[in-house]
Amino acid sequence: MIRPDAELLLEITDLHAAVEDKPILKGVNLQVRAGEIHAVMGRNGSGKSTLSKVLAGHPAYRVTGGSVRYRSQDLFELEPEERARLGVFLGFQYPVEIPGVSNLEFLRVATNARREKQGAEELDTFAFEDHVGEKLAVVQMDPAFLERSVNEGFSGGEKKRNEILQMALLEPVVSILDETDSGLDIDALRIVAGGVNQLATTDNATLLITHYQRLLDEITPDYVHVMAAGRILRTGGRELALELEQTGYDWVDKELAAQGVA
Amino acid sequence: MVSSVLAPVQERGRAALERLGLPTRRQEAWRLTDLKRLAAVAALPPSSTSVRQDLPAPSEGVLRLVLDGSQPSLEGQVWPQGFSLLNHADLEQVLGQILDHCGCAEAWPVEFNHASSHQLLALRIRGKVPPLELVLSGGDGLVATRVILILDEKADLDLLEVVLAEGVSAHSHVIEVHLGQEAELRHGFLATADGQASLLAHLAVEQAPRSRYAFTSVVTGWSLGRVEPRVVQLEGQAETTLKGLAMTSAEQQLATHTAVRFDGPEGELDQLQKCLASGQSHTIFNGAIDVPRVAQRTNAAQLSRNLLLSGQARVDTKPELEIVADDVRCAHGATVSQLQEDELFYLQSRGIGASDAAALLLRGACQEVIEQLPSLAKAWQPLNRVMESLDR
Repeated sequence: MIRPDAELLLEITDLHAAVEDKPILKGVNLQVRAGEIHAVMGRNGSGKSTLSKVLAGHPAYRVTGGSVRYRSQDLFELEPEERARLGVFLGFQYPVEIPGVSNLEFLRVATNARREKQGAEELDTFAFEDHVGEKLAVVQMDPAFLERSVNEGFSGGEKKRNEILQMALLEPVVSILDETDSGLDIDALRIVAGGVNQLATTDNATLLITHYQRLLDEITPDYVHVMAAGRILRTGGRELALELEQTGYDWVDKELAAQGVA
Repeated sequence: MVSSVLAPVQERGRAALERLGLPTRRQEAWRLTDLKRLAAVAALPPSSTSVRQDLPAPSEGVLRLVLDGSQPSLEGQVWPQGFSLLNHADLEQVLGQILDHCGCAEAWPVEFNHASSHQLLALRIRGKVPPLELVLSGGDGLVATRVILILDEKADLDLLEVVLAEGVSAHSHVIEVHLGQEAELRHGFLATADGQASLLAHLAVEQAPRSRYAFTSVVTGWSLGRVEPRVVQLEGQAETTLKGLAMTSAEQQLATHTAVRFDGPEGELDQLQKCLASGQSHTIFNGAIDVPRVAQRTNAAQLSRNLLLSGQARVDTKPELEIVADDVRCAHGATVSQLQEDELFYLQSRGIGASDAAALLLRGACQEVIEQLPSLAKAWQPLNRVMESLDR
């Protein structure tokens, strides 16, 4: 939902970033207000995933220029864990498996870290089990997955459901979902998308990073951005995603060539 | 506890030590050992006994015995059904026999124990019995303990050995175990110290066909540690599981030397050894598997996983497979790594601080072995013990 007077949650200005001295982001500009759903599309290597990792603070990515303000705060002055506690959430494209660490315990520690920042009461083991039980319904997840090690031996769909379960528990302000649709069959995609839709409110915002239009059949974006060569090349409404579905990305090359980039 | 049978053993042990002298770096099994520390252990006076009082209450139904290396008899001890002490004649027959079968003759730590031990606990187990907990502890100086367990056919036992030590002290422990046909032993070994004490532990286990032996060791906090489980499947057709967690910090050194031999066909081995080294410490793993010609259709798997937690820590790991039989499956592998950046970042991105994230990952790495300990170990809160030892 677009409301021009809604709070400006995320303001990305001329963002440049590199991996091992290789520039990937070359001047990204984006503003995200409360209540909005943005889709960031683009081909492999366009910089979509890098953008998500830079926002979450992955140590392998180095910011070389520009700024990101999250609710008026300099995002890059915050450690990754501090960003998370303040409400920035990254849904991983490839959620990490952590043998020996119980999923339930992990979820509890993470939830309490966020709750402390929200001024909410810490949940003990018993209270948390009730709390998580309610959230499981959001992604129709089997409680048996709570007893296992974090993501260990989970199928692709189960891992993504576990990501959205974490989103439900952490109640983020800005959620960045990195290719949440990849590797999902249509049923799993619907469940995951249904979870995201349930969690979207007028107070938070979602950034969907995706390769394909099909996720946008399930989650309707307010804005669609097309990334190429480390920048946002075009911004439009939902119709831009449909146009991409029809025409593919060939026009991107032409436009880049016209700009002397490709 | 019988000490009279030990007198000739002591004599023999002393003579052997004189003949052998201290190990040297030229011997493969001692090549990486800090021999100065070993010499210091050899020079320690016998412990002036002091039994620790701060033991956690044992789990319900558990038979707990405290061995401190001195000679109080166990007369008056009430034995649950299925437990009995070996009589003198039996003892004379079996004493040292399992060590010989397992190829431990002339091993320095064994002779050292022979020369030093005054205390022997020798038990026969029949049928399914309540869990047994042996607390091995003493005061300053050298503590030597020796245990023999004979599990009769179809006997079934949960055993937990807990070794505790503090200060400048050393513990020498030898245990011999015989598993009769279809006998089953789940053997936990939890050895934690405060960084100053040393440990020499030697296990000799022989398995009759269709017996099952599961050994889980959790060892941490020893200035110099050496744990040597040696298992022989007398006629094959038995199951052996070895799970080990060895952790070092500061300048500690901890070596795990395992040896499994299949003297018959269709034996199985499942082995995982995890070593975690921080500070300037050093872990050593040597895993021998011997599959002679008679051991056709053996199925063995050994995995050594090592975590280097600092730039100055050192890990040595060596699988040693000797396979003569041609129709066998023997897999082995070894990895050395650091805490994974991606795992740390994943936890941090969920609001968990960097040091808490690292601690959570370490707990996870330890838990994989700790959860294999027999359930009576819970009274000792093994995970907390291990994490405390790493913090120290």
